[in-house]
Amino acid sequence: MDYRWNWSVFLNQAADNQTYVDWLLSGLSITLALGLAAWLIALTLGTALGILRTLPDRWLSGIAATYVELFRNVPLLVQIFIWYFAMPEILPFGLGDAIKSMSPLAQQFTTAMLCLGFFTAARVCEQVRSGIRALPPGQKNAGLAMGFTLGQTYRYVLLPMSFRIILPPLTSEFLNIFKNSAVASTIGLLELAAQGRQLVDYTAQPYEAFIAVTLTYMLINITVMTLMRWLEGRVALPGFVDSK
Amino acid sequence: MSYQFDFSSITPAAIAVLGHGMAISLQITVTAIAFGIVWGTLLAMMRLSASKPLQWFATGYVNLFRSIPLVMVLLWFFLIVPQLLQKVFKLSASNDLRMTSALVAFSLFEAAYYSEIIRAGIKSVARGQLAASFALGLTYLQTMRLIILPQAFRNMVPLLLTQGIILFQDTSLVYVSALADFFGRAYSIGERDGRIIELLFFAGAVYFVICFSISLLVKRTIKS
Repeated sequence: MDYRWNWSVFLNQAADNQTYVDWLLSGLSITLALGLAAWLIALTLGTALGILRTLPDRWLSGIAATYVELFRNVPLLVQIFIWYFAMPEILPFGLGDAIKSMSPLAQQFTTAMLCLGFFTAARVCEQVRSGIRALPPGQKNAGLAMGFTLGQTYRYVLLPMSFRIILPPLTSEFLNIFKNSAVASTIGLLELAAQGRQLVDYTAQPYEAFIAVTLTYMLINITVMTLMRWLEGRVALPGFVDSK
Repeated sequence: MSYQFDFSSITPAAIAVLGHGMAISLQITVTAIAFGIVWGTLLAMMRLSASKPLQWFATGYVNLFRSIPLVMVLLWFFLIVPQLLQKVFKLSASNDLRMTSALVAFSLFEAAYYSEIIRAGIKSVARGQLAASFALGLTYLQTMRLIILPQAFRNMVPLLLTQGIILFQDTSLVYVSALADFFGRAYSIGERDGRIIELLFFAGAVYFVICFSISLLVKRTIKS
Protein backbone atom coordinates (compact mmCIF):
# COMPACT_ATOMS: atom_id res chain seq x y z
CA MET A 1 0.00 0.00 0.00
CA ASP A 2 1.39 3.34 -1.03
CA TYR A 3 -1.47 5.51 0.26
CA ARG A 4 -0.30 8.90 1.51
CA TRP A 5 -2.15 9.83 4.67
CA ASN A 6 -2.69 13.53 4.94
CA TRP A 7 -4.93 14.64 7.78
CA SER A 8 -4.12 18.30 7.30
CA VAL A 9 -6.08 18.19 4.05
CA PHE A 10 -9.12 19.30 6.04
CA LEU A 11 -7.51 22.69 6.62
CA ASN A 12 -7.04 23.32 2.91
CA GLN A 13 -9.05 25.98 1.16
CA ALA A 14 -12.23 24.56 -0.39
CA ALA A 15 -14.02 27.57 -1.84
CA ASP A 16 -14.94 31.13 -0.88
CA ASN A 17 -12.87 31.40 2.29
CA GLN A 18 -14.05 27.99 3.45
CA THR A 19 -11.91 25.07 4.47
CA TYR A 20 -12.98 21.45 4.17
CA VAL A 21 -13.64 21.44 7.91
CA ASP A 22 -16.30 24.06 7.26
CA TRP A 23 -17.91 21.69 4.77
CA LEU A 24 -18.00 18.96 7.38
CA LEU A 25 -19.44 21.32 9.97
CA SER A 26 -22.11 22.58 7.59
CA GLY A 27 -23.04 18.97 6.80
CA LEU A 28 -23.17 18.21 10.51
CA SER A 29 -25.41 21.18 11.25
CA ILE A 30 -27.84 20.18 8.49
CA THR A 31 -27.92 16.60 9.76
CA LEU A 32 -28.59 17.80 13.32
CA ALA A 33 -31.24 20.34 12.28
CA LEU A 34 -32.94 17.80 10.03
CA GLY A 35 -32.93 15.09 12.71
CA LEU A 36 -34.30 17.40 15.42
CA ALA A 37 -37.01 18.95 13.23
CA ALA A 38 -38.13 15.55 11.96
CA TRP A 39 -38.07 14.17 15.50
CA LEU A 40 -40.49 16.90 16.65
CA ILE A 41 -42.93 15.89 13.90
CA ALA A 42 -42.45 12.18 14.62
CA LEU A 43 -42.97 12.57 18.36
CA THR A 44 -46.10 14.73 18.05
CA LEU A 45 -47.76 12.78 15.26
CA GLY A 46 -46.59 9.41 16.59
CA THR A 47 -47.99 10.11 20.07
CA ALA A 48 -51.33 11.21 18.62
CA LEU A 49 -51.49 8.07 16.46
CA GLY A 50 -50.39 5.85 19.33
CA ILE A 51 -53.21 7.21 21.51
CA LEU A 52 -55.69 6.66 18.66
CA ARG A 53 -54.60 3.03 18.44
CA THR A 54 -55.52 2.40 22.07
CA LEU A 55 -58.95 4.08 21.90
CA PRO A 56 -62.07 1.90 22.00
CA ASP A 57 -63.36 3.46 18.74
CA ARG A 58 -62.59 0.93 15.99
CA TRP A 59 -62.55 3.54 13.21
CA LEU A 60 -60.01 5.77 14.91
CA SER A 61 -57.70 2.90 15.82
CA GLY A 62 -58.16 1.51 12.29
CA ILE A 63 -56.99 4.79 10.75
CA ALA A 64 -53.88 4.78 12.92
CA ALA A 65 -53.20 1.11 12.14
CA THR A 66 -53.48 1.76 8.40
CA TYR A 67 -51.07 4.68 8.69
CA VAL A 68 -48.53 2.50 10.47
CA GLU A 69 -48.74 -0.34 7.92
CA LEU A 70 -48.46 2.09 5.01
CA PHE A 71 -45.39 3.91 6.28
CA ARG A 72 -43.67 0.81 7.66
CA ASN A 73 -43.93 -1.34 4.54
CA VAL A 74 -42.58 1.06 1.92
CA PRO A 75 -38.80 1.66 1.86
CA LEU A 76 -37.64 5.04 3.16
CA LEU A 77 -35.85 5.70 -0.13
CA VAL A 78 -39.09 5.27 -2.09
CA GLN A 79 -40.89 7.50 0.39
CA ILE A 80 -38.37 10.31 0.14
CA PHE A 81 -38.47 10.17 -3.66
CA ILE A 82 -42.28 10.32 -3.60
CA TRP A 83 -42.14 13.33 -1.27
CA TYR A 84 -39.55 15.01 -3.47
CA PHE A 85 -40.84 14.26 -6.98
CA ALA A 86 -44.55 13.50 -6.59
CA MET A 87 -45.80 15.72 -3.77
CA PRO A 88 -45.13 19.09 -5.48
CA GLU A 89 -47.13 17.83 -8.47
CA ILE A 90 -50.13 16.30 -6.75
CA LEU A 91 -50.63 18.42 -3.61
CA PRO A 92 -53.78 20.52 -3.95
CA PHE A 93 -54.53 24.21 -3.11
CA GLY A 94 -51.29 25.67 -4.46
CA LEU A 95 -49.29 23.83 -1.76
CA GLY A 96 -47.38 22.07 -4.50
CA ASP A 97 -46.55 25.35 -6.21
CA ALA A 98 -45.48 26.81 -2.88
CA ILE A 99 -42.99 23.96 -2.49
CA LYS A 100 -41.75 24.38 -6.06
CA SER A 101 -41.10 28.09 -5.55
CA MET A 102 -38.72 27.47 -2.62
CA SER A 103 -34.96 27.61 -2.98
CA PRO A 104 -33.44 24.18 -3.74
CA LEU A 105 -31.96 23.89 -0.24
CA ALA A 106 -35.25 24.81 1.47
CA GLN A 107 -37.13 22.41 -0.78
CA GLN A 108 -34.75 19.52 -0.08
CA PHE A 109 -34.72 20.23 3.63
CA THR A 110 -38.52 20.51 3.92
CA THR A 111 -39.04 17.37 1.89
CA ALA A 112 -36.54 15.36 3.94
CA MET A 113 -37.94 16.71 7.21
CA LEU A 114 -41.54 15.78 6.37
CA CYS A 115 -40.51 12.39 4.99
CA LEU A 116 -38.41 11.44 8.02
CA GLY A 117 -40.99 12.83 10.42
CA PHE A 118 -43.92 10.92 8.92
CA PHE A 119 -41.81 7.76 8.52
CA THR A 120 -40.61 7.78 12.13
CA ALA A 121 -44.09 8.71 13.43
CA ALA A 122 -45.26 5.21 12.44
CA ARG A 123 -42.53 3.70 14.63
CA VAL A 124 -43.17 6.09 17.52
CA CYS A 125 -46.88 5.23 17.27
CA GLU A 126 -46.13 1.54 17.82
CA GLN A 127 -43.93 2.32 20.82
CA VAL A 128 -46.53 4.60 22.40
CA ARG A 129 -49.21 1.99 21.86
CA SER A 130 -47.12 -0.77 23.44
CA GLY A 131 -46.26 1.57 26.33
CA ILE A 132 -49.92 2.26 27.06
CA ARG A 133 -50.76 -1.43 26.65
CA ALA A 134 -48.01 -2.35 29.11
CA LEU A 135 -49.79 -0.53 31.93
CA PRO A 136 -52.16 -2.62 34.03
CA PRO A 137 -55.78 -1.90 32.97
CA GLY A 138 -56.48 -0.89 36.57
CA GLN A 139 -54.66 2.41 35.96
CA LYS A 140 -57.15 3.56 33.36
CA ASN A 141 -60.11 2.30 35.39
CA ALA A 142 -58.82 4.00 38.52
CA GLY A 143 -58.40 7.27 36.60
CA LEU A 144 -61.95 7.09 35.29
CA ALA A 145 -63.30 6.05 38.71
CA MET A 146 -61.67 9.14 40.25
CA GLY A 147 -63.87 11.21 37.94
CA PHE A 148 -61.21 12.08 35.31
CA THR A 149 -62.47 12.30 31.75
CA LEU A 150 -60.85 9.94 29.26
CA GLY A 151 -58.70 12.84 28.05
CA GLN A 152 -57.56 13.68 31.58
CA THR A 153 -56.82 10.02 32.28
CA TYR A 154 -54.48 9.95 29.28
CA ARG A 155 -52.94 13.31 30.12
CA TYR A 156 -52.28 12.77 33.83
CA VAL A 157 -52.09 8.99 34.31
CA LEU A 158 -51.47 6.87 31.22
CA LEU A 159 -49.08 8.99 29.15
CA PRO A 160 -46.68 10.04 31.94
CA MET A 161 -46.34 6.39 32.95
CA SER A 162 -46.03 4.92 29.48
CA PHE A 163 -43.48 7.48 28.26
CA ARG A 164 -41.20 6.48 31.12
CA ILE A 165 -41.54 2.84 30.08
CA ILE A 166 -40.83 3.48 26.40
CA LEU A 167 -37.93 5.87 26.86
CA PRO A 168 -35.28 3.26 25.87
CA PRO A 169 -36.97 2.24 22.58
CA LEU A 170 -37.70 5.91 21.84
CA THR A 171 -33.99 6.59 22.31
CA SER A 172 -33.18 4.11 19.57
CA GLU A 173 -35.77 5.70 17.27
CA PHE A 174 -34.18 9.08 18.00
CA LEU A 175 -30.80 7.61 17.03
CA ASN A 176 -32.36 6.07 13.92
CA ILE A 177 -33.67 9.40 12.73
CA PHE A 178 -30.13 10.80 12.55
CA LYS A 179 -28.91 7.68 10.76
CA ASN A 180 -31.88 7.67 8.39
CA SER A 181 -31.28 11.34 7.60
CA ALA A 182 -28.35 10.16 5.45
CA VAL A 183 -30.97 9.00 2.93
CA ALA A 184 -31.64 12.69 2.27
CA SER A 185 -28.32 12.76 0.41
CA THR A 186 -30.10 10.94 -2.45
CA ILE A 187 -32.29 13.99 -3.16
CA GLY A 188 -29.24 16.23 -3.16
CA LEU A 189 -29.36 17.64 0.36
CA LEU A 190 -25.78 18.37 1.43
CA GLU A 191 -25.96 16.76 4.85
CA LEU A 192 -23.12 14.91 6.52
CA ALA A 193 -22.94 11.82 4.26
CA ALA A 194 -23.26 13.91 1.10
CA GLN A 195 -20.47 16.23 2.30
CA GLY A 196 -18.34 13.14 2.89
CA ARG A 197 -18.92 12.07 -0.67
CA GLN A 198 -18.12 15.55 -1.94
CA LEU A 199 -14.93 15.62 0.13
CA VAL A 200 -13.79 12.40 -1.55
CA ASP A 201 -14.21 14.00 -4.96
CA TYR A 202 -12.55 17.28 -4.05
CA THR A 203 -9.68 16.24 -1.82
CA ALA A 204 -8.75 12.87 -3.36
CA GLN A 205 -8.13 11.74 0.23
CA PRO A 206 -11.02 9.25 0.51
CA TYR A 207 -9.91 7.52 3.71
CA GLU A 208 -9.55 10.70 5.76
CA ALA A 209 -12.87 12.05 4.50
CA PHE A 210 -14.85 8.91 5.23
CA ILE A 211 -13.19 8.26 8.57
CA ALA A 212 -14.00 11.83 9.64
CA VAL A 213 -17.65 11.48 8.60
CA THR A 214 -17.97 8.05 10.23
CA LEU A 215 -16.51 9.35 13.48
CA THR A 216 -18.89 12.31 13.39
CA TYR A 217 -21.87 9.97 13.13
CA MET A 218 -20.51 7.97 16.06
CA LEU A 219 -20.16 11.20 18.01
CA ILE A 220 -23.82 12.11 17.33
CA ASN A 221 -24.75 8.63 18.52
CA ILE A 222 -22.79 8.85 21.75
CA THR A 223 -24.09 12.35 22.50
CA VAL A 224 -27.74 11.39 21.99
CA MET A 225 -27.28 8.24 24.05
CA THR A 226 -25.68 10.14 26.93
CA LEU A 227 -28.43 12.78 26.90
CA MET A 228 -31.18 10.16 26.89
CA ARG A 229 -29.55 8.18 29.73
CA TRP A 230 -29.44 11.40 31.72
CA LEU A 231 -33.10 12.05 30.90
CA GLU A 232 -34.02 8.50 31.93
CA GLY A 233 -32.35 9.07 35.29
CA ARG A 234 -34.01 12.47 35.71
CA VAL A 235 -37.56 11.24 35.11
CA ALA A 236 -37.30 7.82 36.78
CA LEU A 237 -39.91 7.27 39.50
CA PRO A 238 -38.52 5.53 42.57
CA GLY A 239 -39.99 2.07 43.00
CA PHE A 240 -40.93 1.55 39.35
CA VAL A 241 -39.49 -0.69 36.63
CA ASP A 242 -37.19 1.86 35.02
CA SER A 243 -35.52 2.94 38.25
CA LYS A 244 -33.81 -0.46 38.55
CA MET B 1 -54.98 18.38 -8.61
CA SER B 2 -53.85 19.03 -12.14
CA TYR B 3 -51.49 16.12 -12.51
CA GLN B 4 -52.62 13.50 -15.03
CA PHE B 5 -51.44 10.03 -14.10
CA ASP B 6 -50.35 7.85 -16.98
CA PHE B 7 -49.28 4.33 -16.16
CA SER B 8 -48.74 3.28 -19.78
CA SER B 9 -44.95 3.02 -19.16
CA ILE B 10 -45.53 -0.16 -17.22
CA THR B 11 -45.62 -2.50 -20.21
CA PRO B 12 -44.96 -6.26 -20.15
CA ALA B 13 -41.41 -5.49 -21.32
CA ALA B 14 -40.96 -3.07 -18.42
CA ILE B 15 -42.32 -5.67 -16.01
CA ALA B 16 -39.69 -8.15 -17.27
CA VAL B 17 -36.93 -5.59 -16.66
CA LEU B 18 -38.31 -4.88 -13.20
CA GLY B 19 -38.49 -8.61 -12.52
CA HIS B 20 -34.74 -8.94 -13.13
CA GLY B 21 -34.23 -6.03 -10.76
CA MET B 22 -36.37 -7.74 -8.14
CA ALA B 23 -34.20 -10.86 -8.53
CA ILE B 24 -31.16 -8.74 -7.60
CA SER B 25 -32.97 -7.21 -4.60
CA LEU B 26 -33.98 -10.66 -3.40
CA GLN B 27 -30.50 -12.08 -3.97
CA ILE B 28 -29.02 -9.38 -1.76
CA THR B 29 -31.74 -9.90 0.86
CA VAL B 30 -31.37 -13.68 1.05
CA THR B 31 -27.55 -13.59 1.09
CA ALA B 32 -27.49 -10.94 3.79
CA ILE B 33 -30.05 -12.81 5.91
CA ALA B 34 -28.08 -16.08 5.64
CA PHE B 35 -24.63 -14.59 6.32
CA GLY B 36 -26.07 -12.09 8.78
CA ILE B 37 -27.60 -14.85 10.90
CA VAL B 38 -24.48 -17.04 10.82
CA TRP B 39 -22.04 -14.20 11.56
CA GLY B 40 -24.55 -12.64 13.96
CA THR B 41 -24.79 -15.90 15.92
CA LEU B 42 -20.99 -16.05 16.18
CA LEU B 43 -20.88 -12.42 17.34
CA ALA B 44 -23.60 -13.08 19.93
CA MET B 45 -21.70 -16.12 21.23
CA MET B 46 -18.50 -14.07 21.43
CA ARG B 47 -20.32 -11.37 23.37
CA LEU B 48 -21.67 -13.89 25.84
CA SER B 49 -18.42 -15.87 26.09
CA ALA B 50 -16.02 -15.71 29.02
CA SER B 51 -13.12 -14.39 26.92
CA LYS B 52 -12.58 -10.64 27.37
CA PRO B 53 -10.91 -9.99 23.97
CA LEU B 54 -13.75 -11.80 22.15
CA GLN B 55 -16.31 -9.77 24.11
CA TRP B 56 -14.54 -6.51 23.28
CA PHE B 57 -14.26 -7.38 19.63
CA ALA B 58 -17.95 -8.33 19.30
CA THR B 59 -19.17 -5.33 21.31
CA GLY B 60 -16.99 -2.95 19.28
CA TYR B 61 -18.12 -4.46 15.99
CA VAL B 62 -21.82 -4.30 16.87
CA ASN B 63 -21.63 -0.76 18.25
CA LEU B 64 -19.65 0.48 15.26
CA PHE B 65 -22.09 -0.83 12.67
CA ARG B 66 -25.14 0.19 14.68
CA SER B 67 -23.99 3.76 15.07
CA ILE B 68 -23.37 4.62 11.43
CA PRO B 69 -26.03 5.01 8.72
CA LEU B 70 -26.44 2.20 6.20
CA VAL B 71 -25.92 4.76 3.41
CA MET B 72 -22.50 5.51 4.88
CA VAL B 73 -21.59 1.81 5.11
CA LEU B 74 -22.64 1.36 1.48
CA LEU B 75 -20.58 4.35 0.38
CA TRP B 76 -17.55 2.86 2.15
CA PHE B 77 -18.08 -0.40 0.34
CA PHE B 78 -18.76 1.15 -3.06
CA LEU B 79 -16.22 3.96 -3.13
CA ILE B 80 -13.37 2.84 -0.89
CA VAL B 81 -13.25 -0.93 -0.50
CA PRO B 82 -13.22 -1.81 -4.26
CA GLN B 83 -10.22 0.47 -4.84
CA LEU B 84 -8.47 -1.12 -1.90
CA LEU B 85 -9.17 -4.63 -3.22
CA GLN B 86 -8.06 -3.69 -6.70
CA LYS B 87 -4.78 -2.38 -5.32
CA VAL B 88 -4.18 -5.32 -3.02
CA PHE B 89 -5.12 -8.05 -5.51
CA LYS B 90 -3.91 -6.14 -8.57
CA LEU B 91 -7.30 -6.47 -10.29
CA SER B 92 -8.00 -4.42 -13.37
CA ALA B 93 -10.23 -1.42 -12.80
CA SER B 94 -12.80 -2.84 -15.19
CA ASN B 95 -13.88 -5.60 -12.79
CA ASP B 96 -17.38 -4.73 -11.61
CA LEU B 97 -17.27 -5.31 -7.89
CA ARG B 98 -20.52 -3.51 -7.11
CA MET B 99 -22.65 -6.62 -6.61
CA THR B 100 -19.97 -8.28 -4.48
CA SER B 101 -19.56 -5.07 -2.50
CA ALA B 102 -23.30 -4.85 -1.95
CA LEU B 103 -23.49 -8.47 -0.75
CA VAL B 104 -20.55 -8.03 1.63
CA ALA B 105 -21.73 -4.66 2.92
CA PHE B 106 -25.27 -5.83 3.68
CA SER B 107 -24.06 -9.09 5.26
CA LEU B 108 -21.60 -7.35 7.58
CA PHE B 109 -24.07 -4.58 8.44
CA GLU B 110 -27.04 -6.85 9.11
CA ALA B 111 -24.94 -9.22 11.23
CA ALA B 112 -24.63 -6.45 13.82
CA TYR B 113 -28.42 -6.16 14.04
CA TYR B 114 -28.99 -9.92 13.95
CA SER B 115 -26.43 -10.48 16.70
CA GLU B 116 -28.43 -8.24 19.05
CA ILE B 117 -31.63 -10.19 18.34
CA ILE B 118 -29.82 -13.51 18.77
CA ARG B 119 -28.09 -12.38 21.96
CA ALA B 120 -31.47 -11.50 23.47
CA GLY B 121 -32.79 -14.87 22.27
CA ILE B 122 -29.94 -16.80 23.89
CA LYS B 123 -30.43 -14.88 27.12
CA SER B 124 -34.15 -15.70 27.06
CA VAL B 125 -33.38 -19.43 27.43
CA ALA B 126 -33.51 -20.34 31.10
CA ARG B 127 -30.09 -20.48 32.80
CA GLY B 128 -30.91 -23.88 34.26
CA GLN B 129 -30.69 -25.32 30.73
CA LEU B 130 -27.02 -24.35 30.55
CA ALA B 131 -26.27 -25.77 33.97
CA ALA B 132 -28.17 -28.97 33.19
CA SER B 133 -26.23 -29.53 29.95
CA PHE B 134 -22.90 -28.99 31.68
CA ALA B 135 -24.00 -31.39 34.41
CA LEU B 136 -24.71 -33.96 31.70
CA GLY B 137 -21.14 -33.59 30.51
CA LEU B 138 -21.72 -31.64 27.29
CA THR B 139 -19.04 -29.18 26.20
CA TYR B 140 -19.79 -25.46 25.73
CA LEU B 141 -20.10 -25.78 21.96
CA GLN B 142 -22.30 -28.89 22.22
CA THR B 143 -24.52 -27.10 24.73
CA MET B 144 -24.90 -24.13 22.40
CA ARG B 145 -25.51 -26.22 19.29
CA LEU B 146 -27.81 -28.89 20.74
CA ILE B 147 -29.60 -27.21 23.65
CA ILE B 148 -29.50 -23.42 23.75
CA LEU B 149 -29.55 -22.28 20.11
CA PRO B 150 -32.44 -24.52 18.94
CA GLN B 151 -34.64 -23.13 21.72
CA ALA B 152 -33.37 -19.58 21.26
CA PHE B 153 -34.04 -19.60 17.50
CA ARG B 154 -37.58 -20.81 18.02
CA ASN B 155 -38.28 -17.77 20.21
CA MET B 156 -36.60 -15.44 17.74
CA VAL B 157 -38.32 -16.42 14.48
CA PRO B 158 -40.76 -13.45 14.45
CA LEU B 159 -38.02 -10.90 15.20
CA LEU B 160 -35.64 -12.43 12.64
CA LEU B 161 -38.35 -12.29 9.97
CA THR B 162 -39.26 -8.70 10.84
CA GLN B 163 -35.60 -7.75 10.54
CA GLY B 164 -35.65 -9.53 7.16
CA ILE B 165 -38.49 -7.28 5.99
CA ILE B 166 -36.54 -4.19 7.04
CA LEU B 167 -33.48 -5.56 5.25
CA PHE B 168 -35.46 -6.14 2.07
CA GLN B 169 -36.63 -2.51 2.13
CA ASP B 170 -33.10 -1.33 2.85
CA THR B 171 -31.71 -3.09 -0.23
CA SER B 172 -33.24 -0.24 -2.24
CA LEU B 173 -30.37 1.90 -0.91
CA VAL B 174 -27.97 0.23 -3.36
CA TYR B 175 -29.31 3.13 -5.43
CA VAL B 176 -26.26 5.07 -4.17
CA SER B 177 -24.04 2.79 -6.28
CA ALA B 178 -26.34 2.80 -9.32
CA LEU B 179 -26.66 -0.98 -9.05
CA ALA B 180 -29.80 -1.90 -11.02
CA ASP B 181 -31.99 -3.47 -8.35
CA PHE B 182 -35.80 -3.31 -8.46
CA PHE B 183 -36.01 0.30 -7.34
CA GLY B 184 -33.10 1.45 -9.50
CA ARG B 185 -34.73 -0.04 -12.60
CA ALA B 186 -38.13 1.40 -11.76
CA TYR B 187 -36.54 4.83 -11.38
CA SER B 188 -34.66 4.63 -14.67
CA ILE B 189 -37.78 3.50 -16.57
CA GLY B 190 -39.59 6.50 -15.08
CA GLU B 191 -36.75 8.81 -16.06
CA ARG B 192 -36.66 7.42 -19.62
CA ASP B 193 -40.40 7.96 -20.15
CA GLY B 194 -40.73 11.14 -18.12
CA ARG B 195 -43.04 9.23 -15.78
CA ILE B 196 -41.02 9.15 -12.58
CA ILE B 197 -44.06 9.80 -10.36
CA GLU B 198 -46.04 6.83 -11.69
CA LEU B 199 -43.05 4.50 -11.41
CA LEU B 200 -42.36 5.66 -7.86
CA PHE B 201 -45.91 4.89 -6.81
CA PHE B 202 -45.76 1.57 -8.63
CA ALA B 203 -42.49 0.60 -6.91
CA GLY B 204 -43.89 1.70 -3.56
CA ALA B 205 -47.00 -0.42 -4.10
CA VAL B 206 -44.94 -3.50 -4.99
CA TYR B 207 -42.75 -3.11 -1.88
CA PHE B 208 -45.87 -2.56 0.20
CA VAL B 209 -47.63 -5.71 -1.04
CA ILE B 210 -44.56 -7.89 -0.47
CA CYS B 211 -43.65 -6.51 2.96
CA PHE B 212 -47.24 -6.35 4.20
CA SER B 213 -47.93 -9.98 3.20
CA ILE B 214 -44.80 -11.21 4.94
CA SER B 215 -45.62 -9.20 8.06
CA LEU B 216 -49.08 -10.84 8.13
CA LEU B 217 -47.33 -14.22 7.97
CA VAL B 218 -45.10 -13.19 10.86
CA LYS B 219 -48.16 -12.22 12.91
CA ARG B 220 -49.65 -15.64 12.22
CA THR B 221 -46.48 -17.42 13.40
CA ILE B 222 -46.65 -15.44 16.64
CA LYS B 223 -50.23 -16.51 17.25
CA SER B 224 -49.75 -20.21 16.49
